[in-house]
Amino acid sequence: MLSKKSTVSFRGTEEQEKALLAVIEELRDEKGALMPIMQKAQDIYGYLPIEVQTMISDHTGIPLEKIYGVATFYSQFNLSPKGRYQISVCLGTACYVKGSGDIYNKLMEKLGIVGGECTADGRFSLDACRCIGACGLAPVMTINDEVYGRLKVEDIDDILAKYE
Amino acid sequence: MKSLEELRVIREKMQGTVEYRSEHESLADALASEHGRYRAHVLVCGGTGCTSSGSQRIRERLDDEIKKNGLEEEVCVIKTGCFGLCALGPIMIVYPEGAFYSMVKEEDIPEIVEEHLAKGNVVKRLLYDETVKGDEVLPLQETNFYKKQHRVALRNCGVISPEDIEEYIGTHGYEALGKVLTEMEPKDVIQIILDSGLRGRGGAGFPTGMKWKFAAANEADQKYVCCNADEGDPGAFMDRSVLEGDPHVILEAMAIAGYAIGASQGYIYVRAEYPIAVERLNIAIAQAREYGMLGEDIFGTGFKFDIELRLGAGAFVCGEETALMTSIEGNRGEPRPRPPFPALKGLFQKPTILNNVETLANIPQIILNGAEWFAGMGTEKSKGTKVFALGGKVNNTGLVEIPMGTTLREIVEEIGGGIPNGKKFKAAQTGGPSGGCIPAEKFDTPIDYDNLIAIGSMMGSGGLIVMDEDTCMVDIAKFFLEFTVDESCGKCTPCRIGTRRMLEILDKITKGQGTMEDLDRLEELAAHLKSNSLCALGQTAPNPVLSTLRYFKDEYIAHIVDKKCPAGVCKDLLQYKIDADKCKGCTLCARICPNEAIAGKVKEPHAINPDKCVKCGACMEKCRFGAIYKE
Repeated sequence: MLSKKSTVSFRGTEEQEKALLAVIEELRDEKGALMPIMQKAQDIYGYLPIEVQTMISDHTGIPLEKIYGVATFYSQFNLSPKGRYQISVCLGTACYVKGSGDIYNKLMEKLGIVGGECTADGRFSLDACRCIGACGLAPVMTINDEVYGRLKVEDIDDILAKYE
Repeated sequence: MKSLEELRVIREKMQGTVEYRSEHESLADALASEHGRYRAHVLVCGGTGCTSSGSQRIRERLDDEIKKNGLEEEVCVIKTGCFGLCALGPIMIVYPEGAFYSMVKEEDIPEIVEEHLAKGNVVKRLLYDETVKGDEVLPLQETNFYKKQHRVALRNCGVISPEDIEEYIGTHGYEALGKVLTEMEPKDVIQIILDSGLRGRGGAGFPTGMKWKFAAANEADQKYVCCNADEGDPGAFMDRSVLEGDPHVILEAMAIAGYAIGASQGYIYVRAEYPIAVERLNIAIAQAREYGMLGEDIFGTGFKFDIELRLGAGAFVCGEETALMTSIEGNRGEPRPRPPFPALKGLFQKPTILNNVETLANIPQIILNGAEWFAGMGTEKSKGTKVFALGGKVNNTGLVEIPMGTTLREIVEEIGGGIPNGKKFKAAQTGGPSGGCIPAEKFDTPIDYDNLIAIGSMMGSGGLIVMDEDTCMVDIAKFFLEFTVDESCGKCTPCRIGTRRMLEILDKITKGQGTMEDLDRLEELAAHLKSNSLCALGQTAPNPVLSTLRYFKDEYIAHIVDKKCPAGVCKDLLQYKIDADKCKGCTLCARICPNEAIAGKVKEPHAINPDKCVKCGACMEKCRFGAIYKE
């Protein structure tokens, strides 16, 4: 696994820190609470940089190395920031058989980034995801919460234009 | 806190309403029946597929138009779960007629409301075309897609509102739990499940009754019931549809399981990629607690059971039994060696059972209808039904539930409506990255756990991807290995390193650099992985390779010896060529080529220089005369 160093410096606010501490307080006594805490932390900050992991470690007593281990294991945890609009192209079997690989390539070409990266202006980040379960509509991609199905390569330009 | 008696009252109140949403002898009969407040029920699918096709806007528009036409007191709009025919979404069914509107657009709504809901004239041109025969509207049960289906696990999906516990109660929901708690001993519950022959629907097919029996036998101060809702197989969405369309059936089944083994706490581990399912489960759990179906002293019997949700975080391996439990404990999702088995030392080191969503969805009905009812469906060793997610190169993509023993041919040709664009069937892939391909010569195999293993595949969770002549089987094997390499947790050497080495060999072969010895190496590596990996991810990772080698060896040989990809997929083995007869010499391709690989004079046929061609395909996209092809 390649280590990804974030080039964007961490800018957490007091409000975010308060929210994080509240989450930790609430979940502290639950068994196996680390995952839910990290998931909520990512909701608050948008991603899980080492600074946030350190805060979690300081307030729960869980060693930082363990938190880092969990953060790097699961693909949902992002150690670098994401774009305002997160594009996720499904490369699951049904979508792949119906050409989602071409869609993914077209997006990389159009945005000038590869999977896992974010465009310089912070607009779009691109990832491949595994099956999201909408296989009846293959090929599928999501942009934030919107799901686009039955995609053709020609549709991409128009779809991206909708996002300022 | 509802008592059994209060449950019965709610059921009787709601039964007519939910039964209204089914086939009726005649319209007159339907209208005369006890159907609650509304004379017309409009069920709109709110599953992920239809939601992304805009079913939310359709519901909102329906509400507007119904109000405009003054029909709020007569017509209700219900957001339901998946009807199964996702290829034709957004889907809407109007009862009592059972009119199945497919590919509904927002602009169709005013007409449907005015003509059908207000005046009673079904809008035939907007119906699913297989239900229209001349002037007649056929019931859904007579269409090819639904004819052979038998919805048991999916029985409430598309019928009830998943966000209304009372509708669930109206379909005999929580009645099985009541029966179990007041009339049965835990060992009787286990016996019924054993006698039914129910086997795990997550893929391995282990007898559910046995799993419960082992856990029940172990003494402990705390035990756990876990539900595996981490449906990670790409191409599978059976569990998602149950969770979105009928979440209460899972809660009820887990409570029954808790009673059977002596557990008071359950966890549902649901993947985070299913936000709608998570939302519906949260609503259902809150309602179940409010009505006293979960919590302390259920039905006044002293039994207590509660359920918590835990979200996955994007790791396929967490669908593995011990990895899932490790994840709930707040760790990296790495599997553990067995023994000790989870029935003895599972979650938090306590006796635990883990069951798949679809397995659980069958439990309440087995309790109510009896073991013989369930065992009466299916084959000798595989009882009941199975839900399949039909996808890929097939016309009717979607969810189908069929009795075990149905043949692959029936599923693909009859239910699936055959292969689109006149292409030929090549293979069906079952079992996801752990499964294998089934070729045309095995088309008449009756589907069941043991038959599929005998022909080199496995049932898996239910994903069934159809492939046609344009699919390269070597590429497919490589695709699945890419997935397994990515998702391998890294804990054990055979899987961490073995999958990678197998992928490298496949990559070489698809690039025309493979040798015949590579095929031997693949088999050798496969044997290592199968016998030495810590968990089923590694043990089954070689399956796609082994099954494609078994049935499509000629394709591997073509890649290795002839350096050709017969299906025309592997880019490095293809050449882009211009058909001189079709080429008009318009020069568009030469201008768009990024590497100046095309030469030719204006109005004369052009030619591609294979040494400079990078196979980007831009020329083929640009050509307006179809003169460029791949070979």
